[in-house]
Amino acid sequence: MRRLIVSGAIALAALATGAVAIAAGTEAHPPHRHWHFQGPFGTYDRAAAQRGYQVYQEVCSACHSLSLLAYRNLTQLGLTENQVKGLIKDIVVPDLNDDGQPIERPARLSDSFKKPFPNALAAAAANNGKAPPDLSVIVKAREGGADYIYALLTGYVPFDKLTPEQVKEFSVTKDDNFNTYFAGHKIAMAPPLADDKVTYADGTKATTGQEASDVTEFLAWASEPWMEDRKRTGVRVILFLLALAGLMYAVKRQVWSDKH
Amino acid sequence: MASSHGTPPVFNNKVIAWIDHRLPIFSYIEKEYHTFPTPRNFNYFWNFGAIATVMLVLMIATGVVLATNYTPHVLMAFDSVERIDRDVPQGWLIRDLHMNGASFFFIAVYVHIFRGMYYGSYKAPRELLWILGVVIFLLMMATAFMGYVLPWGQMSFWGATVITSLFSAIPVVGDSIVTWLWGGFSIGNPTLNRFYALHYLLPFIIVAVVALHVVALHVHGSNNPTGIDPKGPQDTVPFHPYYTMKDGFGVVVFLIVYSAIVFFAPDMLGDAANYIQADPLVTPMHIVPEWYFLPFYAILRAVPDKLGGVVAMFGAIAVLFVLPWLDTSRVRSSTFRPIYKWCMLLLVVDVIVLGFCGANPPAGFWIPLSQVATVYYFFHFLILLPVLGKIERPLPMPPSIADAVLKKKAG
Repeated sequence: MRRLIVSGAIALAALATGAVAIAAGTEAHPPHRHWHFQGPFGTYDRAAAQRGYQVYQEVCSACHSLSLLAYRNLTQLGLTENQVKGLIKDIVVPDLNDDGQPIERPARLSDSFKKPFPNALAAAAANNGKAPPDLSVIVKAREGGADYIYALLTGYVPFDKLTPEQVKEFSVTKDDNFNTYFAGHKIAMAPPLADDKVTYADGTKATTGQEASDVTEFLAWASEPWMEDRKRTGVRVILFLLALAGLMYAVKRQVWSDKH
Repeated sequence: MASSHGTPPVFNNKVIAWIDHRLPIFSYIEKEYHTFPTPRNFNYFWNFGAIATVMLVLMIATGVVLATNYTPHVLMAFDSVERIDRDVPQGWLIRDLHMNGASFFFIAVYVHIFRGMYYGSYKAPRELLWILGVVIFLLMMATAFMGYVLPWGQMSFWGATVITSLFSAIPVVGDSIVTWLWGGFSIGNPTLNRFYALHYLLPFIIVAVVALHVVALHVHGSNNPTGIDPKGPQDTVPFHPYYTMKDGFGVVVFLIVYSAIVFFAPDMLGDAANYIQADPLVTPMHIVPEWYFLPFYAILRAVPDKLGGVVAMFGAIAVLFVLPWLDTSRVRSSTFRPIYKWCMLLLVVDVIVLGFCGANPPAGFWIPLSQVATVYYFFHFLILLPVLGKIERPLPMPPSIADAVLKKKAG
């Protein structure tokens, strides 16, 4: 029996390896990075996520909405209400006044993140016919999660650095954006980040990699703001169930003691 | 049924005695779940019926709570699921329990089915018990499929497209059936609405069939690892406290594994593409169903003809209905069937291979592999089982369960 299990496991492992080899096309597999939020006890790096919000707000939000989040949610990143109010003081959002006329007013904590375009049609029209995806759950919506988002943001290759084979195989022109990690390599989004694209208030040096890592931390939080609560609850639930299982086993042994 | 065995119990509590005299629910519980004589030699495979029952109750409880917060509309369904995660207090917990509960319900039921097949629990006089079980399995598949459509992600939409389109393979009336299923000429709001209604209805039908399954079980009692019928009180123990305790322990261990996924890897069993809102204009690169459907999905794609594939896929489940008559061996348990035992384990490997075939795009060596595995699946049921029962020489069997237990202890 044991030999059967072992050979079964080997067969499965072989199959799984084959599966991975086939699933990966020409685009590279995003390398694994260490994230503060990974693992059963991992938490979000508040400072990185706050810097990431700055990158989103100053760079990404020009094209990408974050429709499932409200400004009030930013208080979960370790900011006070007044600090969040300070962050959003220059943002104006569309609304209706009491006469039903469209107006613009300063954003409140209860407002959803402001959308860059009034509707999907306008977003598509401004971006060569395809609306940029909403980023609310982007980290959960891509295979590879945070690793993929970071790899994509830092995976651009300038046209003059491409090999002639790559140019030929993917019919890349000077106007295309070539990304190592994007399926099909040609991506509509121009390289969004560059060194010193933002100026961090905490003095962190704003390299492209730092910006990418920070905004990925922020987007990972945006995808699942309740993650720390989930893990904390999980530890308690499993400790409780382990204790209960021990008790149940002891009672079961006791009950069965006259039958064995 | 309440009077099928033993003398009626006497209740000291006057209220209970009064009720029981008019509505014998306490007598029923006493007879069917307390004194009920149960073979003394169950192994832990016998826990999975109780585990599946617990999962069914858990799915209904979490499902009702989710339904109070969900909006079945193509424009709002996706966001309403996210709202449950984000804005409903502990909503993420209820959704993670429900979403992964489906997977763990299937795990429990697959182990339960394996146990029934390995120990020959479907053989006379338990054929109807087995058939009711297959009905439950079919209802579960329909319920799970429609539940997966509700979050209205890309895999919801395109999975629904692939599966409902299968019915168009039926000659003459196929296209009309598909239009009827969709409630229109494409998958849209009417489809989502009816799937939601049916996803809420079917679990209660499952409960009803489970009740029949339990009634049928309690006529002749459970099978056991030896497959020998109990011959007297020395072969059995009362259900309570012996098996209530053993099942209880098994349920808690199962819940530990379930919790590990729910709390530490809630999206591991799902597809990332289902966090992208459904878009009828963008087809995902690979459309794959949930893992528990993958073996059947592989059988569907293994046949190069559309109608043939559909027939093979439904045939793979239909063959289970006639399993009690395909197996010609009079010996129930694999323990005493030296060849069948290995065939049964090989079938498990075959189904796992089919699962991997279903998970991968139908290209390269996956195509011939899925075809070989599909042929073997049907070979097992339609040829191997009937023939093996005739030619296999069973091992000598112990005279009774008590003998088997005591001998094992001595040896």
